[in-house]
Amino acid sequence: MSSDRILSVERLTMRFGGIVAVQDLSFAAGRKKITALIGPNGAGKTTVFNCITGFYKPTGGAIRLSHDDGKVIALERLNDFRIAKQARVARTFQNIRLFPGMTALENLMVAQHNALMRASGFTFLGLVGAPAYHKAEQRAIELATDWLRRVNLLDRADDAAGNFAYGDQRRLEIARAMCTEPALLCLDEPAAGLNARESAALSELLLSIRDELGTSILLIEHDMSVVMEISDHIVVMDHGVKIAEGTPRAVRDDPKVIAAYLGADEDEAVAVMESGT
Amino acid sequence: MTAPSTNTAKPATGISAILKTAFINALIALVLFSLMVGVRTEAGPDGQLTYWTRFGELASLVAAVFGGSIVIELLRQWIGTTGADKLVPPAVQSGMSLLGRYVAPALLIFTVLVPVIFYNQRYILDLAILVLTYVMLGWGLNVVVGLAGLLDLGYVAFYAVGAYSYGLLATNFGWSFWICLPLAGILAAFWGVLLGFPVLRLRGDYLAIVTLAFGEIIRLVIINWQDLTGGPNGVSGIPRPSFFGIPLDNSDDGLAAKLGIEYSATHRIIFLFYLILALALLTNWVTIRLRRLPIGRAWEALREDEVACRALGINTTTTKLTAFATGAMFGGFAGAFFATRQGFISPESFTFQESALVLAIVVLGGMGSQLGVALAALAMIGGFELFRGLETYRMLVFGMAMVLIMIWRPRGLVGHRAPTVYLTKAKAISSDLVKEGHG
Repeated sequence: MSSDRILSVERLTMRFGGIVAVQDLSFAAGRKKITALIGPNGAGKTTVFNCITGFYKPTGGAIRLSHDDGKVIALERLNDFRIAKQARVARTFQNIRLFPGMTALENLMVAQHNALMRASGFTFLGLVGAPAYHKAEQRAIELATDWLRRVNLLDRADDAAGNFAYGDQRRLEIARAMCTEPALLCLDEPAAGLNARESAALSELLLSIRDELGTSILLIEHDMSVVMEISDHIVVMDHGVKIAEGTPRAVRDDPKVIAAYLGADEDEAVAVMESGT
Repeated sequence: MTAPSTNTAKPATGISAILKTAFINALIALVLFSLMVGVRTEAGPDGQLTYWTRFGELASLVAAVFGGSIVIELLRQWIGTTGADKLVPPAVQSGMSLLGRYVAPALLIFTVLVPVIFYNQRYILDLAILVLTYVMLGWGLNVVVGLAGLLDLGYVAFYAVGAYSYGLLATNFGWSFWICLPLAGILAAFWGVLLGFPVLRLRGDYLAIVTLAFGEIIRLVIINWQDLTGGPNGVSGIPRPSFFGIPLDNSDDGLAAKLGIEYSATHRIIFLFYLILALALLTNWVTIRLRRLPIGRAWEALREDEVACRALGINTTTTKLTAFATGAMFGGFAGAFFATRQGFISPESFTFQESALVLAIVVLGGMGSQLGVALAALAMIGGFELFRGLETYRMLVFGMAMVLIMIWRPRGLVGHRAPTVYLTKAKAISSDLVKEGHG
């Protein structure tokens, strides 16, 4: 297990009854790097995500997460909320899942639940109004405020999340995931439904998360302008298997990738590519 | 005979359409009333079934529905296609929200003064105690249903556990009310956790059915475990509460004698009144505080989106269990109070109807709203008494009032949600955005 990998997926297989969604998939995500998982619709990207974040239990294979302090966690053995709590893997969802009836600030406070629960003495200290809890709550509000500023939503902190525009909801969801202070941030199509300007702002945000905070990012994305601009490493999937991986430049020129995206034979794709350039 | 949803549909125009609607409604009325009104059955002198027909009444009812439908359709065309909520002018709505700020303190001051104002009116004092009991039960269930979004149809089980805990501990061991009160709460919370474990995996309708069954199981156990609970005969001779050890009677040791004032039976009633008021306010205070703590926010987040909660590392199992336990504990307190007030408890007091009534209070009040629940308890329990003069028509008037409120305020009396934390200004969140929860 080399220390420059935060996540290594080995021979991951996921079957639903007779359908094989992911087969023998192996890849690694670099520490403090942005790794993109791309592929045509139905390639099995979200299934991989759900395996990593504990929403599915993989049929076979291993998923190892190594923290900065050298601790290695077998994600396929943790389930449910423990992946977010103990392994510190945070995620967003393809169809945004905010708490619509709660304010933006409340959304970010809920994300700090585990830290605040400890500070509130599992509610008992908080109930009697212990000063230690007040301090912890103030710190939590500061962290939330900081993130609201980063995603440019500070002036809307007290508005219900359900009232936000689509692009704002996407950014708020990323801020919420980051408030859990994760080691690995998994983003499921963060640029879906964003316009060009919002996509550019998103790229900037993700780069700042990587460079300023040193958080590793794994993302699924269809918007190639975002993927090619920010990714350090790209893994391409089709029909549940990995068909290519490498730097953005290498993947872009890979005939297999083009074939998968265009749904054509390899030879044809090469022809298309050559005629295009 | 018209569903509120049709209000938003394109209105039928023209006489033929109105007649058609009226005809359909009359037909439905005919089917419904032909057995309910058209045929009357009764036991004859020898126990045999006798029946006779009342087609005259049936015809007049169907005619009334037919005529009424035409009037409603005409009214709807006259008012226009506005939804029912628009019938209330915006000025009135904003005025009500302004009023809302002063309702809670005004209501609290009035409640504290009730024994002073109505000192000699035993009926009103008894009614006030009853209303406050339901306010407390409503606030307790609000934690489970309103905040955590878990539909609990068996809340009366915890009320029963609390009542029997106090009843049995006091009659068998002679323990005082003030020792038994926390015990009743703890035992009820324990049963809440016990119920919570098997039902955690269930959501929505399934959860509702299992909690309903749990409520019935507790009642059936109480009926059948004769050795312990006395079965259908109940537990009698439950001691009245003492004023921290000083009995409230006309003996030489009684509170009245010690204070040197003349004994009156009203003293005990007033003491009970302030006791339940204190218990209810404790429930309210704890709930308000819990909402602002991480556990309360997690409950509300669970109601909004359970999957997102799990992705944020929140243990949904323990979060749900704490909601069940907290709600159950308040139910247990209320039960202990009920037992000491009545002096006698039997399984008949803990039927499904009680659960339904408390749930109706929470839903009518606006799920999650403390003030709404208090107002709803006042309306449901007090309002029901108010209509006593109408005798047979009481249920009819009461039902119509409920339907009107649900058309007018579909998300309860107080529909909006107040945020638990804010940076600059707390803005009320519209009920359209707040989820009801589904598990």
